[in-house]
Amino acid sequence: MSRFDWLSELLARCEDEHVLVAHGSATQLALVHLLDIDHEDWGRFADVARQQGCRWVALWADQIDVDTFNINVCFEYRGDYLVVRAPLEIRQPVLPSHTPWFPAANRPERHLQDMFGIAFSDHPDARRWTRHQAWPEDQYPLRKNFAVAGETGDDTPGDSDYPFFQAQGAGVYEIPVGPVHAGIIEPGHFRFQAVGETVLNLEERLGYVHKGIEKTAEDRDAAGAVRLAGRVSGDSTVAHSWAACMAMERAAKLAVPARALSLRAVLAERERIANHLGDIGAICNDVGFAFAQYQFSRLREDWQRLNLTLFGHRLLMDCVIPGGVAGDIEGAQVGKLQNQHAALRTELDGLLPIVDDSPSLEDRLVGTGVLSPETAVLIGAVGYVGKASGIDYDLRRDHAYAPYHRLQVESPLYQTDDVASRLKVRAEEINQSLQLLDQLLAELPDGDIAVDWTAPVLNAEGLGLVEGWRGEILCYVRFGEAGRIARFFPRDPSWLNWPALEQLIHDNIVPDFPVCNKSVNGSYSGHDL
Amino acid sequence: MLRILNKIRKTGIITEPVLEDQSLEALGIELKRQVDQRMRGSFAIRAVDSGSCNACELEIHALNNAYYDVERFGVHFVASPRHADALLVTGPVSRHMAAALKRTYDATPAPKWVIAMGDCAVNGGEFGCNYATVGAVERIIPVDLVIPGCPPTPTALMQGLLALLQR
Repeated sequence: MSRFDWLSELLARCEDEHVLVAHGSATQLALVHLLDIDHEDWGRFADVARQQGCRWVALWADQIDVDTFNINVCFEYRGDYLVVRAPLEIRQPVLPSHTPWFPAANRPERHLQDMFGIAFSDHPDARRWTRHQAWPEDQYPLRKNFAVAGETGDDTPGDSDYPFFQAQGAGVYEIPVGPVHAGIIEPGHFRFQAVGETVLNLEERLGYVHKGIEKTAEDRDAAGAVRLAGRVSGDSTVAHSWAACMAMERAAKLAVPARALSLRAVLAERERIANHLGDIGAICNDVGFAFAQYQFSRLREDWQRLNLTLFGHRLLMDCVIPGGVAGDIEGAQVGKLQNQHAALRTELDGLLPIVDDSPSLEDRLVGTGVLSPETAVLIGAVGYVGKASGIDYDLRRDHAYAPYHRLQVESPLYQTDDVASRLKVRAEEINQSLQLLDQLLAELPDGDIAVDWTAPVLNAEGLGLVEGWRGEILCYVRFGEAGRIARFFPRDPSWLNWPALEQLIHDNIVPDFPVCNKSVNGSYSGHDL
Repeated sequence: MLRILNKIRKTGIITEPVLEDQSLEALGIELKRQVDQRMRGSFAIRAVDSGSCNACELEIHALNNAYYDVERFGVHFVASPRHADALLVTGPVSRHMAAALKRTYDATPAPKWVIAMGDCAVNGGEFGCNYATVGAVERIIPVDLVIPGCPPTPTALMQGLLALLQR
């Protein structure tokens, strides 16, 4: 199958729907096809993309001069990525909403509304999303005339008047939870409507850890932006810094040495395994199976300790840098890694059957938190949430970037769509990652681990796409003067998977919420930005 | 069930000291002595994420794994600030969390301590102060001890707790 062999079909549909494609480019955003359209056609294009069967991936805006925004939406089809761009005058910042065609666009459009002041007509839910009370309603942090320091003092009031969804009826009651939760987790607010123990509805309210990441990235140099990318979501530091580097290296047309790419993949697979180990234990712990929690957190700790010994950081922060990686490994260290792979395999051979056969776990996890394949497609779920609900997509296989293009990546797939299947996907991904790690180390190319960073020209732009442990991560970067960042937009997979939690909790009992939440494990920080 | 018991038997007690790391146990013994002396054996901590990237939370979790097992030294994490002797605060205090952090502090009974954990909580870290973040935790509530690091390791956390109790 050749890449983009479906593009002519899509362009024909555009013609049928009277969407004028002014310009198309396969090179301006390397590896991604870019289509320029008029903002008048914005809504109709969503219809075209829907007819084609595209998956909605991401939405971002970018102020390119005093009068103009560029609005970008990214779609995926058969492993190819398409970015559609329209200019929009700041004086009249109104666009038709894509949400009626793609529910995944709901919150991202509200994010643009809060951050850029772009209104989306026909949006089914135009309440604010990212903004609480840190800046006034008529100011927009990502416009270039908004000072990064803002104008508010230290005293930001709580967000007490957000209009939550209401449910009435005999016996219906409400449970507000958070932002400060009982466990050691990130802050967010969950509003339940319940009857007895059964959840009628869950509404998420996020944005509590909004840190101005997109804004503070501006005017940084490449290295500074990657350090920040590594802290978009601390548990995905490798994946986010890789995506940011990929975007910047494509913008700068920089060829990264093969050894560096392989080492990045080693780091990324280690990150995947560490998180899967920790979460399998935590899911079991949420239903009282403490044995698994102790065992899997022990394995995770072993893993993190070797990270510190070999790569200098327990979570692998700042190991991926623009142009390559920060440190190399040599013969004896490769041996240590291989020994750890073998040891983990042995451990898992003993532990996974116990988890699999335990009647108490089966009782709590099977049939809990069901996300039907139809709903998963509708909301565009990614990563293990998608794979457990019949969505067979993995960037490492379907949009293979180096070094995965020369590896055989197998992706687990279940149609059983419950907490148990999300756990199984993650267990299988650990085994798959161990195989990849062994192969990566066996075939580690010789050569440099980095090339010198060279700043690209003004307005050079790039898109990075990486399969993090949660799923697809997208990162857009545009450079300004002197190699400084003009726009940085990281899209964590949590944007697509948080809405899944609202759906899969329906008709479950309130006490199963923690395990349902953990089985999705959205990042608050990665989402709130 | 037999398999579970067998696995537990074979895993044995891995709680430190492990061979290369004798220092952790010494640290722990001193920590326990202080907790016994000053806190009557029980030091209750409430973790509050006020905008962290979640890396600090991963390392707090690690404190409870079988290697560190801080509960054996009398340190435990509680679900409510009303049960806490100390707040362990992470993150550059996002403005959206400032009010919640203040209310959590007010809900904690005096006498109380506040520990600012991680570079962000100490000085804003990679995010600094901007329209969305306040920066250091001490700009919102009084701080008794800072534990720098990005994120601090579990050992650094234990050393920090000990330093607080030794005051």
